[in-house]
Amino acid sequence: MAQVSMTVNGKAVSGDVEGRTLLSEFLRIDLNLTGTHIGCDTSQCGACVVHVNGEAVKACTMFAAEADGADVGTIEGQANEDGTLNVIQQAFQDHHGLQCGFCTPGMVMSTASLLKENPKPSVQEIRTYLDGNICRCTGYHNIVKAIMAASGQDVSAIAAE
Amino acid sequence: MYNFEMTRPSTIADAVKALKEEDAQALGGGQTLIPTLKQRLAMPSILVSLTAIGEMQGVCMSDAGEVCVGGATTHATVAREATAYPGLAAMAARIGDPAVRNRGTIGGSLANNDPSACYPAAALASGASIITNSREIAADDYFQGMFTTALEEGEVVTEVRFPVPEKSHYEKFVQPASRFALVGVMVAKYADGVRVAVTGASESGVFRWTEAEAALSANFTADALGDLSLDGDGMIADLHGSGAYRAHLVKVMTGRALKAAI
Repeated sequence: MAQVSMTVNGKAVSGDVEGRTLLSEFLRIDLNLTGTHIGCDTSQCGACVVHVNGEAVKACTMFAAEADGADVGTIEGQANEDGTLNVIQQAFQDHHGLQCGFCTPGMVMSTASLLKENPKPSVQEIRTYLDGNICRCTGYHNIVKAIMAASGQDVSAIAAE
Repeated sequence: MYNFEMTRPSTIADAVKALKEEDAQALGGGQTLIPTLKQRLAMPSILVSLTAIGEMQGVCMSDAGEVCVGGATTHATVAREATAYPGLAAMAARIGDPAVRNRGTIGGSLANNDPSACYPAAALASGASIITNSREIAADDYFQGMFTTALEEGEVVTEVRFPVPEKSHYEKFVQPASRFALVGVMVAKYADGVRVAVTGASESGVFRWTEAEAALSANFTADALGDLSLDGDGMIADLHGSGAYRAHLVKVMTGRALKAAI
């Protein structure tokens, strides 16, 4: 066991982990932050996407020990300070960008990274960026619509499709 | 996953020392190794993470005009910063997905030498130099078949130097489920000739299509590929495509890469 310390959603945390402890396990089991979902555990579905030092990564494909000293952001840290949904979360709600909701934490975290890099993405750019996030309800249409809305773009053309 | 001890050295020297331990294994970005460990296909006693080594990070230009990429540099960083070699940056920008590109490293990809990985094609087509903690290896000598390289036990890829071509492009046909390259082709035109490297196709791993290189060195247009064809024998055949299909795809991807490069 080795001790790791990191900042998660702005709070300093630490814990003892094995070498093999995944960041996703540390977040979910040690910190009880179960919003980071484990969909496939094989790096394909993206339900576990979190931010490490500002970059989107799959928490199931990184060891907790590798995040020692890092600044980690999870879905639990996305809401506004007063507890209301942030712009991305609100857009997912408004445009029904989720069905069962399992993939949503990863979708929201990936969207936050996308909009940081590209504040006004096109539909094609959104679809390309979400290559690593799988929605098994296949609700992609409304997810794309929500992201267009979250980036302040007109969604009427998408609604008409 | 079997348990192991994790160490995160901050210098190449410390990493090389740690890798001398019995059953020690280097860990790059982990985008292949971690899934492998989960399946219990590997059982290292110590994982030596290379991503905390500052001297293995980043992209720069050498005095000789080569693009130099530190061995622990992520695909996302290469995509962003290798602007002096647009064909390389564009190739890196299409590996996996954004989250994978934020972790996966050039050194990890080249050390693993997956027969469907993108980086081996880029390194071979560029005639890159693979720099390790102990020596410099030409790309032509480095790739030795599927998952096999010239690296010795415990040897670490610390840097890769890419001569910058006049024109280049990497084109891949993605396997729709895994998004790995079913076939990927890098075409790079240098002053002294054209190099064409193919990934995803051959049972011998990444290879140079020498007939296409000769034709394109004489005439860098799509016409030059005219009558050329590759044999399906020795090509990977699986449920995603037969050997003949892959052989055909190599020519199609070469043509598309060429068109984009011109």
